[in-house]
Amino acid sequence: MSDIIDPGSVDRPNSYIGKSLPRPNAKTLVEGLGRYVDDIVLPRMVHVAFVRSPHAHARLLAIDGTAAMALPGVMRVFTGGDLSPHCEPWVATLAHLKGMKSAPQHPLPLERATWVGEALAAVVAESRAAAEDAVAHVRVDYEPLPAVVDMEGALLAATPVIHAELGDNLCFERVNETGKVEEAFAHAHKIAEATFYSGRHTGLTLEPRSILADFNRASGRLTVYHSTQAPHMMQGVFAKHMRLSEGDVRVICGDVGGSYGIKVHVYPDEVAVAVIAKLMGRPVKFIADRLESFASDIHARDHRIRARMAVDATGRITAIDVDDLTGIGPYSVYPRTSAVEGNQVVNLVGGPYDFANLRARTTVVFQNKTPTCQYRAVGHPIATAVTEGLVDLAAEVLDLDPVEFRRRNLMKDGSYPRTSPAGMKFEGLSHEASLTKLVSMMDYPALRSEQERLRQEGVHRGIGIASFIELTNPSPFMYGVGGARISAQDGCSVRIDPDGSVVAASGVTEQGQGTEAILRQIVAEAVGVPIADVRVLTGDTLITPYGGGTWACRGAGIGGEAALRAGLAVKDAALKIAGAMLQAGPDAFDIVDGQIVERTSGLARMPLAELARIVYFRGDTLPPDLPRELMQTRHFITKEYPFAFTNGVQACWLEVDVDTGIVRLLKHWCVEDCGRVINPLLVDEQVRGGIVQGLGGALYEHCIYSPEGQLLVGSMADYLVPMAAEMPDIEVGHVETPTKESLLGAKGAGEAGTAGAPAAVMNAINDALRPFGAKVFAQPFTPERILAALGKVPTRWPEPARSSTRMMSPARTGALAPPAPGFLSRLFRRA
Amino acid sequence: MSTAVDISLTVNGERVSRRVEARRHLVDFLRLDLELMGTRTGCEHGMCGACTVRVNGNIVRGCLLLAVALDGADVETIEGASQSGELRDLQDAFIARNACQCGYCTPGMLLTAADLLSVNPRPTRAQIREHLCGNYCRCTGYHAIIDAVEATAASRNAKSGP
Ligand code: FES
Ligand code: FES
Repeated sequence: MSDIIDPGSVDRPNSYIGKSLPRPNAKTLVEGLGRYVDDIVLPRMVHVAFVRSPHAHARLLAIDGTAAMALPGVMRVFTGGDLSPHCEPWVATLAHLKGMKSAPQHPLPLERATWVGEALAAVVAESRAAAEDAVAHVRVDYEPLPAVVDMEGALLAATPVIHAELGDNLCFERVNETGKVEEAFAHAHKIAEATFYSGRHTGLTLEPRSILADFNRASGRLTVYHSTQAPHMMQGVFAKHMRLSEGDVRVICGDVGGSYGIKVHVYPDEVAVAVIAKLMGRPVKFIADRLESFASDIHARDHRIRARMAVDATGRITAIDVDDLTGIGPYSVYPRTSAVEGNQVVNLVGGPYDFANLRARTTVVFQNKTPTCQYRAVGHPIATAVTEGLVDLAAEVLDLDPVEFRRRNLMKDGSYPRTSPAGMKFEGLSHEASLTKLVSMMDYPALRSEQERLRQEGVHRGIGIASFIELTNPSPFMYGVGGARISAQDGCSVRIDPDGSVVAASGVTEQGQGTEAILRQIVAEAVGVPIADVRVLTGDTLITPYGGGTWACRGAGIGGEAALRAGLAVKDAALKIAGAMLQAGPDAFDIVDGQIVERTSGLARMPLAELARIVYFRGDTLPPDLPRELMQTRHFITKEYPFAFTNGVQACWLEVDVDTGIVRLLKHWCVEDCGRVINPLLVDEQVRGGIVQGLGGALYEHCIYSPEGQLLVGSMADYLVPMAAEMPDIEVGHVETPTKESLLGAKGAGEAGTAGAPAAVMNAINDALRPFGAKVFAQPFTPERILAALGKVPTRWPEPARSSTRMMSPARTGALAPPAPGFLSRLFRRA
Repeated sequence: MSTAVDISLTVNGERVSRRVEARRHLVDFLRLDLELMGTRTGCEHGMCGACTVRVNGNIVRGCLLLAVALDGADVETIEGASQSGELRDLQDAFIARNACQCGYCTPGMLLTAADLLSVNPRPTRAQIREHLCGNYCRCTGYHAIIDAVEATAASRNAKSGP
């Protein structure tokens, strides 16, 4: 059966796996006819706007909605106390993250505001505009409390504890140690050392968070139209916390305007909307505006990492020692928790390399800032930047070319299966082949000579390389074992309709990656029908098989495999019927291009549509005991490996203007091994989109806070994102090492770009700055930080660059700029 | 305290008359009053380009224009430009090149790209990037969009001859 996925023969009829085919839903989207949540209008629908906290930490003394209620069009004002009897609070911890703690969280808080932008009260009105007007008239009396802003000080005895019942501000701590780390450093030939910062940033989906909840009092059913990645998970969350049965909750997820991990979490304000819909018995819509998105969408990657690497005289890595500290806001985010990012740093650091001694620690602390949680590539960009930053530093102290140093240290291609020092199991990776391919794609030697030549002319260009691993196809070991109701399994139903066309319903979801496109390709090939005859259905808990949705790069590997197996099963079922109709064994036939053909001669015997017509309308003509099951469902879950790791390597070519500190990206390359490529066109654009997201975090994006905990970025004018003019062309290449866990052999590809891009940029900038002995390790690498590293302007932040290598710029300290008045505090200021 | 004003204008070739609040911006007017959902907002402060529409033939940010200012104007949205067929080749190129992922930015991106091609039929990649630099796309990384616009220009030029 696995002949249908032999990639060596893509020219067979209806062979679609492995081909670059456009997405079926693209035509609707380019005409502006997509249907996102905000496009849905229901009878008697009302709108919510939230009163949000202007304080990082404050006691809520009183909330008075009287004046707001008097305004035209305003119907209700809800506080935390109004909603809490109708909704169980949640605590976001995972049992397998030992010792992890967090505090109970309600849809709206009962006693305290704990970050700037936290929703405190909900105003319901006939229109969003009326609701927003009324928000300004809700009177909230606050007693400001001291805020925990700086994660470095969160655990000091003098720092106030955000949740007294937890005892301290520690959420989670883990140390992973293998081998003899101290000994390796004591005997090191050289040590490379630096402190890295990854700037807190956010996902900025162009479509903001959106939800429309509708409760039918008569049937007791809740229907939620939701811009989400995980409809079944949300169904469970609404049911559990609103005390409904899962069967009475339906989550429908139509077009989603970008997600990247932002839309896989439980947001208290969204739960509030569902509870309000239940209380009011009518449809309630909430669409976040951009300002609320900045303050209430999850943030990510607020980390400080002290790291060092020991190398021996032959240029081999002997040990890595990493100490990660991350601030996650006042609550761990439900249900995935906010400890996973730090935990991933521990799991992934040093990932591509062959070495024996590792110590990796993460300390996850609470603070009064927007909660952080999983965002595209969770922990990977941090682990990769630290590892690859150390690798380049080590190559430099050893006077080795960075490519040569990697060749000496990368895990050998023939050495799998194996386990990394961090305990990660690798089934099969291709670091060496990927690096070789990258070096030839970019013509590395030519680029090096161009760099040298331009240096003579005073033009400073740099090359940065970054090898990486990426965790995809997660098993229940990611969340399920910790007690989270998050399905690692996914299912697909495939049915043949009377006209011979095929409908596939899947539990994985589409947010633009092309999930539906690859499912269509897989199902068309598995059943044996023209691709135009296949329709794919996702994003509706009532009609699709139960599944986890799309996250952690599981759509293709898990959802795709279920679709393949269901498609093959339905084909088998059809062929049994064909055998009975054509008086031969089922093995005599195959389905090709929608025709029942003789397997040996290829001769067409009957259209599939004819078979289906007989089954549905003239079943009387078939043998009475013949099974006629033209719909089959299959599920898939990985069993042998907790995760299917992929690997890849990126390179960045850029120019640094040493007078202005501005970085100009010239070209970017990525070689990626995600196993079987189902649709190269889609994979390449996943990689490119991911890279640009990584470049954004590396160069521009930053959620900046004042020392008082005011978020100082509230618009796309203060929070810079990558736009077309600054972004480079990106070349993508592939090596294919399919996983043997599935027939399909596919692993994930959605996060690889983001995982490696920041490291490649950092190494390229530092390569460009080499003649000046300057280095940067704090993302985003803004012009100011680059100029500070060059000694041209004073340093305004705790300078991270410190190293026992020769060429570090000395740490400089300067007066901290006075805090700018918070943009958000101005806008959220009430009463 | 009604500040509503009566306006009459042409939207996608059809005459419409409505009474609108003075503070209602063009996107809300299109979406809420006319139920034309193809025009979307991503920021409502002029930074993302998701709300791009044509007014009197020029592309504008619908979130920065008030509907009351458009009495007598000729407005065209993605729905109108799609129906007329003038974007067909550009849209096909976006589909073929996978330059549209979640699709939320796409209507604005298409209208902006069409605007470039109408004034510069042979843009370089750098010029395309420059012209689209007010349209945010989080999904694609832009490369595919640049390719699609470049391909459309090339095929239009091949048809029209040198
Ligand atoms: S919504 Fe108008 S520019 Fe963003
Ligand atoms: S395709 Fe999603 S924002 Fe552009």
